[in-house]
Amino acid sequence: MNDVTGMPQNVVVIGAGADISRAILRSLAGHRLSSVILSGRSLESLEGAVKDLHSLKVEKVEVALLDVTDIGAIERFADLAAQRLGTIDLVLIAAGVLGTADLESLDAGVVAFLATVNFTGPAAIMTAFARVLAAQGQGRIVVLSSVAGYRVRAANLVYGAAKAGLDGFALGLGDALAGSGVKVVVVRPGFVKTKMTEGHSVVPFAIDASAVADVVVRGLEKDAEIIWAPPVLRYIFAVLRIVPRPLWRRMPR
Amino acid sequence: MTPTGRGRLLAGWGRACASAAFVAVPGSAEEVADLLAQPGKHLARGLGRSYGDAAQCAGGTVIDCTAMDRIVELDHSSCTVKVQAGCSLDSLLRVIVPRGLFVPVTPGTRHVTVGGAVASDVHGKNHHRDGTVSAHVANLELATPTGPILCGPEQDNELFWATAGGMGLTGVITEATLRLVPIETSRMVVDTVKTADLDSCMAFMSEQDAAHRYSVAWVDSLARGRNLGRSLITMGDHARAEDLPTKMRADPLGFSPRQLLKVPVTPPVSLLNPLTVAAFNEAWYRKAPKQRTGQLESLSTFFHPLDGVGDWNVLYGPRGFTQYQFVVPFGAEEVVRRVLEKLSSARAASFLVVLKRFGPAGKGHLSFPSEGWTLALDVPLGIRGLSVVLDDLDEIVAEAGGRVYLSKDGRLRPELMEVMYPRLEEWNEVRSRVDPKAVLASDMGRRLSIGGHSSSSRRRPAGAGAR
Repeated sequence: MNDVTGMPQNVVVIGAGADISRAILRSLAGHRLSSVILSGRSLESLEGAVKDLHSLKVEKVEVALLDVTDIGAIERFADLAAQRLGTIDLVLIAAGVLGTADLESLDAGVVAFLATVNFTGPAAIMTAFARVLAAQGQGRIVVLSSVAGYRVRAANLVYGAAKAGLDGFALGLGDALAGSGVKVVVVRPGFVKTKMTEGHSVVPFAIDASAVADVVVRGLEKDAEIIWAPPVLRYIFAVLRIVPRPLWRRMPR
Repeated sequence: MTPTGRGRLLAGWGRACASAAFVAVPGSAEEVADLLAQPGKHLARGLGRSYGDAAQCAGGTVIDCTAMDRIVELDHSSCTVKVQAGCSLDSLLRVIVPRGLFVPVTPGTRHVTVGGAVASDVHGKNHHRDGTVSAHVANLELATPTGPILCGPEQDNELFWATAGGMGLTGVITEATLRLVPIETSRMVVDTVKTADLDSCMAFMSEQDAAHRYSVAWVDSLARGRNLGRSLITMGDHARAEDLPTKMRADPLGFSPRQLLKVPVTPPVSLLNPLTVAAFNEAWYRKAPKQRTGQLESLSTFFHPLDGVGDWNVLYGPRGFTQYQFVVPFGAEEVVRRVLEKLSSARAASFLVVLKRFGPAGKGHLSFPSEGWTLALDVPLGIRGLSVVLDDLDEIVAEAGGRVYLSKDGRLRPELMEVMYPRLEEWNEVRSRVDPKAVLASDMGRRLSIGGHSSSSRRRPAGAGAR
């Protein structure tokens, strides 16, 4: 169950190999975390997270393969997870691929793939777990959106557009679930120094995965529905969102 | 009797971590039995005054007992009353006080049901004299998944003591017979004493509270340093007819408590923060005279001052609050001080801090009170790191041989449960006898792995304090 301070016991992670997922799990393990299902594209990607949780004495850690582009597998995965854990308190969805935004290398296939990994798959997963959590009358779905989706830039236009879609979907789903006991939490990190962003030049207000985890756990504590990481981005993007396009287009990345 | 429609969101008095359940409102014990026979998890709920998740059953059926609110039989000669479990102390008192009777034990609010009071095995300001409510229960009608059972200290006493403080996980109480207390008036004779710090407060209470039937201290949790724990101790007894001034003697048993005001909306942020609470505490402490004896107060002013403000719990804002209440044995006075200090330095402003001496423990397996000091503090949720602060307090309390009160809890670490409640296994054996298929469940039970959820997720051996 989620306790009154907002800390979950049973957690399912989609994209558990991601640095942010691992950091959030480590942080939750310091509170009430007792059972976890870790899922990812490959079992190797999950090894680090499994090791983390074992060393933090989390009682039950299970791994599962889930490719978020395999839409047909999603409903079954949600049911299986519910069966394994009994009660699911929190679902963390951190699947995503930055991909390319270079017009030269973009084609229909690449756009469709990035849209599926960053929007269609995660949205389908949210839907499946929304059904499971609503039936149990409680639970939270924490989804990693991005400031990239708050105003899409040319520099990551496919990723940004997909995150914009996912962000909107998550907010709408949260509203649709009002009164069901299920809450949707949207996390909007800025530039996070992780495996995913390796090789990209670092931008102002960049943070690392463990700082994102701190902000997310703080958000759970406050029962926030939208979490910016770092929190100051809320104000910066309130301004950036209304910057005139000619200026926005020329902004350094 | 089937619950219909979509689930409803239910929360505890602290208004945090609501969960959805179907709500059924049975009117009789037979209807309760029908409900228990249906598939899914079930749990009784009264007026929702427990602070955490004790009266929630996410995804199951919550049996709202408040429609079973009749007084079945009032026997004046033997001072007993048989009531349906959903009858509130408020409505019971409105009937019995004018007839010269009072409830044997009342918590700080009248707005609890008799069933809920027994399931929490509530205590009052007279615990040092009279024990908990279950010490005054002649018997209970309990609807269990294996059928209705009449239990009491005389018949099926194992089940009775599992039910007193059993948090609703042994069955749905449908009727209770209580022994009442005769009173001559509806007034209290109250002495108030101001003490400058915690030590003098505790010393005074240890010396004086045996002389009064009711006693409690209000402690200023925000005063720091030298003033830490400055307190107002109130001690009272039921006024006799001759204690009343002549003009009150015409109606010595008048009782019509009113709600003075009601908080109309939930404020967007908590109005009870360190600033406002410190200001209130300062005024409250200064306003009180150094010592006052023989003051006459109404029953509701003395026992239920907060009932004068309807829905005061929303003052903590949308995030809600929790209450931390623990007991430690006599000799562990230092724990009381450390808890106050730690919460004060975590900026956890407590509007309500109450200190009391408990008498000997009762017989309920999971009954909270045991001989020693109990301290209760309201804590607003959302404070950074609160979960860890409270976990640290739990360790200190457990180490001193104390425990926290389940009816206030919404966050105890599951593995401390059997440390604090060493009779948990005994309780669970009785519980599984009447509910072998674990039909009864609560969010609290799931969270603490008690009831039908035993041990599967209790991850570390008892007493393991490492985080």
